[in-house]
Amino acid sequence: MGTIAEKILSAHAGKDVKQGDIIVCPVDFMMSQDGTTPLTIRAFKDMQGKKFKDPSSYVIVIDHNAPSPMESVSNLHREMRSFATQFGARLFDVGEGVCHVIVPEQGYALPGSVIIGADSHTCTYGALNSFATGVGSTDLAAALISGKTWFKVPSTIKLRYDGKLPTGVYSKDIALRMTGRLTANGATYKALEIEGEAIDALSVDARMTISNLAVETGAKVGLMRCDEKTIEYLRTRARSSFKGVDPDPDAKYEAVLKEDVSKLSPQIACPPDVDNVLPIEKIEGKEVNQVFIGTCTNGRVEDLRIAAKILDGKQVAKGVRLIVSPASKEVLLSAMECGIIQKLVKAGASVTTPSCGPCVGTCNGIPSDEEVVLSTANRNFRGRMGNSKSHIFLSSPATAAYSAIKGFIADPREVL
Amino acid sequence: MDQLSGKARKFGDNINTDYIIAGKYKFKSTDMNDMAKHLMEDVRPGFIDEIVKGDFIVAGHNFGMGSSREQAPLVIKAAGISAVIAKDFARIFYRNSINVGLPVIECDTDSIDEGDALKVDLEEGIVHNVTKGKKIKATPLPPVMVKILKDGGLAEHFQKHGGFKLE
Repeated sequence: MGTIAEKILSAHAGKDVKQGDIIVCPVDFMMSQDGTTPLTIRAFKDMQGKKFKDPSSYVIVIDHNAPSPMESVSNLHREMRSFATQFGARLFDVGEGVCHVIVPEQGYALPGSVIIGADSHTCTYGALNSFATGVGSTDLAAALISGKTWFKVPSTIKLRYDGKLPTGVYSKDIALRMTGRLTANGATYKALEIEGEAIDALSVDARMTISNLAVETGAKVGLMRCDEKTIEYLRTRARSSFKGVDPDPDAKYEAVLKEDVSKLSPQIACPPDVDNVLPIEKIEGKEVNQVFIGTCTNGRVEDLRIAAKILDGKQVAKGVRLIVSPASKEVLLSAMECGIIQKLVKAGASVTTPSCGPCVGTCNGIPSDEEVVLSTANRNFRGRMGNSKSHIFLSSPATAAYSAIKGFIADPREVL
Repeated sequence: MDQLSGKARKFGDNINTDYIIAGKYKFKSTDMNDMAKHLMEDVRPGFIDEIVKGDFIVAGHNFGMGSSREQAPLVIKAAGISAVIAKDFARIFYRNSINVGLPVIECDTDSIDEGDALKVDLEEGIVHNVTKGKKIKATPLPPVMVKILKDGGLAEHFQKHGGFKLE
């Protein structure tokens, strides 16, 4: 009688655990990125680490500040490369993409597994039925050495989405609606279980957009069931065998929230918080200066395909910059093969290296004072993109692409 | 764990890790003293110059929401802040703080104003507002975190025990 979280953690702890229990349990996979690896190295040394428990279960990704814009960053990248070489971890270097897109693509995130990553959006892999959560560098270093971490077994809120998404409304709109409804700390320390016919109808890529935003409600994980689509996604990717974990029919939930998405509008998160969400009708017409399509939330090929469909044969409005960051090398290659990149560039997009792009204010498009950015990312905090005097709104790729053409926040249902 | 004393530096709800230390700084360096100059820069410019060693950051709900950056508690420590007192904390920040040995105290902070003199007894879980002559009871830390904090942080816990010794 357990939730997905309780059942995955029970299987790993080797005993039946329930919400509130403190457990030390084995970790199946670990990841860190260029903002968190330097401190992981420091913590590993402070702990007098000599080797990794299992080097094949850890990858490092250089994505947040890539390619390096300055020498201090280059030197940190060099330190990460030598750490990976010395201890036998795989490193995905500049140009290979965003950690949370690479990890599922490369078959590291498996149903029923426990994953920790030194990045808060590690919860993305919940869409693949992984108990995956973000930790700090010191927790990661401890797990590299011991193969384990500790958890408080979370209680679970179930979110059920039924109905059929209208044309022009996407999984990002469900995700933003979720953060608006739960608020930024509505699920702190809790697990989310996300299900329903609207979720079943989504591709695995689109599901990851929703699990990605779980942390914006404070949640530890954003878990979905493993279904035929999950199995098909992993068929050529999975690095080992796996078994999906479903909740028991008599599992105990802290709350069950239901919503019908049939009448959902495109949603916009307004600055400076991700839970400050409005339906597009209340904000359309707001002038934009820069539009950004990419990130671990919405930089997958399906996202770029939607944007290209809207931008095909059109031009970005005068005075608007459109920046597109394909989220991985695989995404970039497949977007080139089907002509998506050509359409985007012809419409006026500036396409960056597969990376986090300008999401976290390191490089690739820092807005100027008082500029308005419409972004497909997951955070709109003041200063997030490198300038505290700019204003960041969040939306789906469709809303972003159509707004880039219009020069203001515009409703993509008009053209779809 | 000693008694801490200093003045309250008051913040509101939902202080996120980008406000504590912006991404544009954290990717450049691992020098926390250098990064501490930019602590809370976007929400309270010049904050670092106001801090007297031992001061407390006092905040509302959901302190430390957002990214997993351990630079956030490390920079707060490097700036001379002795503890963060808030109504509640975001999960990863809370855990990171304990791991790096920054005390985090959960209690009702409504009655604490900017500049109030505070004394905090971590062992007893009491925040004493000396200015107002009022004592506030804090939510006790989970025992597992007390063990880590008593060892000085997770790295020190590992050095001492050679691995996790929490159960």
